[in-house]
Amino acid sequence: MFGLRLFRTLAFRIVLAYLALFAVSAGALVGFTYWNTKRALNAETDQTIEAEIDGLSEQYQRQGLGGLTDVLTARSIHAGPSLYLLVGPLGHPLAGNLDAWPTVRRTDQRFVEFQYERRIGGIVERHPARGRVFNLAGDYRLMVARDVHELSVTEHMFTTTLPESVGLMLSLGLIGGALMSRNLLRRLDQTNSTSEEIMAGNLSRRLPVSRAGDEFDSLARNLNRMLDRIERLMKGMREVTDSVAHDLRSPLNRLRNRLEGMLKQLPQDASQANEMESAIDEIDRLIATFNSLLLIAEAEAGLERSAMQRVDLSALARDICELYAPVAEEGGLSLTTDLAPSIEIDGNWNLLSQALANLVDNAIKYTPSGGHVTIATGRDNGTAVLSVADSGPGIPEEDRTRAVERFVRLEASRNSAGSGLGLSLVAAVTRLHEARLELSNNHPGLVVSIVFGEDRIVRE
Amino acid sequence: MRMLVVEDDIEAQRYLVNGLRESGHVVDDAADGETGLTLALSRPYDLAVIDRMLPKMDGLRLVQELREHGNAMPVLFLSALSEVDDRVKGLKAGGDDYLTKPYAFVELLARIDALMRRRQPSAVKTRLQVGDLELDLLTRQAKRGNVNIELQPREFRLLEYLMRHAGQVVTRTMLLESVWEYHFDPQTNVIDVHISRLRAKIDKGFDPPLLQTVRGAGYMIRAKA
Repeated sequence: MFGLRLFRTLAFRIVLAYLALFAVSAGALVGFTYWNTKRALNAETDQTIEAEIDGLSEQYQRQGLGGLTDVLTARSIHAGPSLYLLVGPLGHPLAGNLDAWPTVRRTDQRFVEFQYERRIGGIVERHPARGRVFNLAGDYRLMVARDVHELSVTEHMFTTTLPESVGLMLSLGLIGGALMSRNLLRRLDQTNSTSEEIMAGNLSRRLPVSRAGDEFDSLARNLNRMLDRIERLMKGMREVTDSVAHDLRSPLNRLRNRLEGMLKQLPQDASQANEMESAIDEIDRLIATFNSLLLIAEAEAGLERSAMQRVDLSALARDICELYAPVAEEGGLSLTTDLAPSIEIDGNWNLLSQALANLVDNAIKYTPSGGHVTIATGRDNGTAVLSVADSGPGIPEEDRTRAVERFVRLEASRNSAGSGLGLSLVAAVTRLHEARLELSNNHPGLVVSIVFGEDRIVRE
Repeated sequence: MRMLVVEDDIEAQRYLVNGLRESGHVVDDAADGETGLTLALSRPYDLAVIDRMLPKMDGLRLVQELREHGNAMPVLFLSALSEVDDRVKGLKAGGDDYLTKPYAFVELLARIDALMRRRQPSAVKTRLQVGDLELDLLTRQAKRGNVNIELQPREFRLLEYLMRHAGQVVTRTMLLESVWEYHFDPQTNVIDVHISRLRAKIDKGFDPPLLQTVRGAGYMIRAKA
């Protein structure tokens, strides 16, 4: 798992690409050096051979074949890497340190290359050699060459060590890359886990800034500044909500108090008493609407982390069913549940209860007598689903998208009294839990589902 | 009872103090947190009603300080603040109950009564009785006269709460909070339906009716009308 993640990090991929480029260029460099060195060494051999030939040809011109034979015999004694052979017209050797005329393996311009047997001590080795052949008068032939064994040993060493050193370089590079990426990954992991915590509602958390002062630190510092700002804005938003709440509730409170006080002073049967009571009722409805609006605003702004706890959706559904069962019965409806054993999610119990209560309330209102309403919980493809199904008129398919939007947007739903705010609250609570609101057909009737994402579900 | 009211909204304070005095309580008042704390620490009170937002010292701080000084008197928070987070904060800070403004005065009185009663060191009761209605808390059985009454678990809790507060007004919100543990307004008045079902079980065919509706306030269970 870690290996796979490592491979997917940007740092590691950069290291890989860099290594490939480096390997190619290093290979090219080494290849060029090799080629150049070989050429230089060959040229040196060739020059030595040319110089010998110059000397020999002078002897030949001055003293003829006999003189040449003498010189060759003399030189052959302390020949070192130099090789000579003079053969007669029938191919028998006359002078030199080669036993027989060699088989030419390759001709390179004027030069020939061949292998010969060299005795070192008692051991016979086959060595490569390079030289030139001259045809002399009377079908005599002369071979002047040099042993290039040393050269080929060097060459061999070069070609065998090259892949090893390149391999070593690549593996060192890979290890270095892995270490580098792991380091990067660790710092990114820190950033990631902190941001998740912040998104979950802990707005006071900040990204760690090390003393290194590198790019990561400046990124963290910038993000932290951004978080400061967000926190200030959220706080400001909350303060506004709070002061609106305070500034509206206090006068409403006084108004209600006064009406209550006046009502108390009236005789029980006074005609104004009824008016006063309905005024108080009106205020209570106003307060209820105002409270719903505030609650929606609060849910929209997000709750503090501490307001979230483990909530068993099935237990929550059972409680709401129990609360509403008598109401449904009065309306001639059956209210039942279809619950999975236990589905725990991370959420706010009170808000979720209220959202479900609103949905059930709505379903009961819209389902004609004799129908049924079912509260269900379940799992679907890794998600947790809380749904309310009714056998009422439902919503035609083409209007469903619009209906969900109406759930979501306050503006449009204000037109229909009563239910609008309740459903807006459902939408706000759904969003607060990063869940999805879905409408579907119950054949006949409507199913409203709140679908919670996988990461909301509490695992045992 | 001696009570302390700490509220900075002068008109609301006057209304509150007058209302409490009319109900027979002795009431001191303070308009800011510091005065409130000084009063609370210097005189013995049976209960305090404290606004959540106060000048000089905020209501939460006041109650925290009070608790740190070892003062355990019941505190009822009044708040105009939003509910979800603040209720929890208020109760965590040491408040005993939390009432959101605007409130009906009967609601406040009912909650004060409930708090006072909770404070009285009553012997652990295993049996509640109102008139000829008996509730056995151990066997979970209800009986009126000689007739056994079958109750659902939630109906039992509802009746238990009403009987524990016999003779007191209990509001719908109090029932919803204590019996169902919900802190919200259900749109339909679900509590009324539950009460009428309970009434059908305990009062139908019996005389006199025990469970009464208190107009504009809530319900009350008592032996004599």
